[in-house]
Amino acid sequence: MSKIKDQTMSSKVSWESTIGLLDSVKVDEVGVKERVSSLSTRSIKRESKLQALNYVVSMCDLTTLEGEDTEGKIHQMTAKAIKPDPTDDDVPSAAAVCVYPSLVSTAKEIIGTSNVKVASVSSYFPSGQVPIESKLLDTQYAIDEGADEIDIVINRKAFFEGDYRKVFDEIVALKEACGDKHLKTILEVGELRTYDNIKKASLIALGAGSDFIKTSTGKISNGSSKEACLVMAKAVYEFKESTGFSAGIKVAGGIRNSKDAIRYLIIIKEELGEEWLSPNFFRFGASSLLDDVLRQIRKLKTNAYQSSYYFPRG
Amino acid sequence: MDKWEYSESIESDSIVSIQSKYGHFIDGKFSTPNSKKYLKTVSPSTEEVLASISIGNKNDVDSAVNSAKEGLKTWSKTAPSERAKYLYKLARLIQERSREFAVLESMDGGKPIKESRDFDLPQVAANFFYFAGWADKLDISWGTKEMKPYGVVGQIIPWNFPLLMLAWKVAPALATGNTVVLKPAETTPLTALLFAELCEEIGLPKGVFNLVTGDGTTGSELVNHEGISKIAFTGSTSVGKYIQNAVGERDIGLTLELGGKAANIVYNDAALDQAVEGVVNGIFFNQGHVCCAGSRLLLQEDIHDEFINKLEKRMQTLRVGNPLDKNTDIGAINSKEQLEKITSLVNEGVNDGGELFQIECDLPSSGYWFRPSLFTNVQPSYNIAREEIFGPVLTTLTFRTPEEAVEIANNTEYGLSAGVWTEKGSKILWTADRLDAGVIWANTFNKFDPSSPFGGYKESGFGREGGRHGLLSYLKVQS
Repeated sequence: MSKIKDQTMSSKVSWESTIGLLDSVKVDEVGVKERVSSLSTRSIKRESKLQALNYVVSMCDLTTLEGEDTEGKIHQMTAKAIKPDPTDDDVPSAAAVCVYPSLVSTAKEIIGTSNVKVASVSSYFPSGQVPIESKLLDTQYAIDEGADEIDIVINRKAFFEGDYRKVFDEIVALKEACGDKHLKTILEVGELRTYDNIKKASLIALGAGSDFIKTSTGKISNGSSKEACLVMAKAVYEFKESTGFSAGIKVAGGIRNSKDAIRYLIIIKEELGEEWLSPNFFRFGASSLLDDVLRQIRKLKTNAYQSSYYFPRG
Repeated sequence: MDKWEYSESIESDSIVSIQSKYGHFIDGKFSTPNSKKYLKTVSPSTEEVLASISIGNKNDVDSAVNSAKEGLKTWSKTAPSERAKYLYKLARLIQERSREFAVLESMDGGKPIKESRDFDLPQVAANFFYFAGWADKLDISWGTKEMKPYGVVGQIIPWNFPLLMLAWKVAPALATGNTVVLKPAETTPLTALLFAELCEEIGLPKGVFNLVTGDGTTGSELVNHEGISKIAFTGSTSVGKYIQNAVGERDIGLTLELGGKAANIVYNDAALDQAVEGVVNGIFFNQGHVCCAGSRLLLQEDIHDEFINKLEKRMQTLRVGNPLDKNTDIGAINSKEQLEKITSLVNEGVNDGGELFQIECDLPSSGYWFRPSLFTNVQPSYNIAREEIFGPVLTTLTFRTPEEAVEIANNTEYGLSAGVWTEKGSKILWTADRLDAGVIWANTFNKFDPSSPFGGYKESGFGREGGRHGLLSYLKVQS
């Protein structure tokens, strides 16, 4: 992760350069949908499927973000993230667990020496409807509790009011608070709706110093979409072309099965390239996806589709 | 972790059964050819011989035309709604057996299975459904009841979309009450032969659809046969001119759908990433074996470098190989002859001074293959900017103003199709108004629908296929 941090610090671009990128944003909706639908016909079988499924596990931010979350629930989920399938040592650990700030220290305890990260949502996730001072406090608390990664939301109020500068400045401030902690910035694509908006928000978030851009909070009915992921990938590519900085993408919200997850991997592979197929550059935020992936892995290896009770709950 | 490669995902060819030798389909059944000459149809991706097909001679064509004349007696007494039923039956049967057709098309022609499966076959069925619908509504199509079919129609189709071109021709011809003698291309006869089996299976009245296989000599016999009332041809401009000469002194109908050298105009205010996709689809779809392919990329000069950069990166992700692999984007070149033509034109382009980019990829050791190619630094006077290459080769030209774009786009003997890419609606309309092309796509390319007429200007031919206008290719309006 330290490598990413150095990159971030040296590549954060000014508001003026970000505005330059925004000016040329033009996305054609029909073209985006057509490209996604064409990539969705890729046929992933046998070895390539197993490899893809292992990628998905290793890129998974196992998530619970509920008012009812307790220490007990976090213990269970974190243990599962460390060893998703206790009967199969070849299955990697998940990338991280993603929790609310008040449960960061609980997750940290269980993580121990494993390399699973603890990610915390902050900045008054999911709405972000508080002043920046409160967002900074929220974020600072999560960091003090030991979070390795911080998932913030952009200020959609400011975005829709046309105050892109405010959206940018808030992310810059939160990134400063994060220091060397990994910053993922949630665009909430289901609210932004248009691909032009998604591309603009992506470029603002990248210009302001985010390490990752993330599709959704998972808290509204419109979660991630492959189209949004494609548009974000285009933004990440463009940002790399102009600054040299490689940012990551996290897709979250509504991704529940292996087939769907593999289609995201295809988009990333064909649009950004092999380098992005690593937990350093691509993540899935999900709660139930992991179980389906584990079952598919077991099926590929044993040719038997196992009931869910063969896998520990998280 | 290791690089993530897609494992082979091969569509099984066990679904098709190919006979070693085929006759012609005349008078409702397969018959022994009069001609004893055969030619071999090979799979362009493996060079394996798939079957022997008869080279129909004068007598074979004669039998087929006579059969069509007999068939016309029945067909003209068949109620239009009954004609529609046969076409609906064909459409449904094609859908039911679409996997079989798609595999056969990819084996015989070399196109990737994802295209024959997701484009050709759905379009084939859609055309039969569409024209079936017109069969009993011809009186309202042009507001007159005074319309008569030509009678016996000779149809000659190309090798790039073998079954789809059959559908474009056979469906409207039968719907309007004509009977047909069809000659498929010599390199891709197999799906037409399978279609003939369907005609037998649904009990299409004898003589309504006849099929004579063969080469150029067979086509020539058909064109010159005095029993034919109409010729519909899709193929090269040189053959089209031959046909026009041959029928010049006879009172018969003629529709020609010939070559193209379409301009794909990308303005600096286009959504560039999607324009790149459209340009790739425009030229590399079906290995560039598309008469309306966007083979001339016209770039506004100020976005040239950025666009070419994106385009080359995108081209590099194209997957060239086995047409039956579901992940193949670019299949085999249709024939050895076509490969030689492409190669020679590309060499000429390099000698003229064009800068050639070809993607890096492994090519199979047997079969006919050509790497997706992009020429920059091309002047409008070079042959690669003027002649139809009919392969996966894109030629780039630049322009400064919309006026100049239109001038360059129209500076060709062809006029089949064109593309315009800009986010500004008014500029789309301004440009489209001034382009001499039969089909113009805006912010997309290579989109087809049975209800939309297709056809060219200038040396790209005349007559329209598809839509209400397509009916006129098979009807004589008498009032």
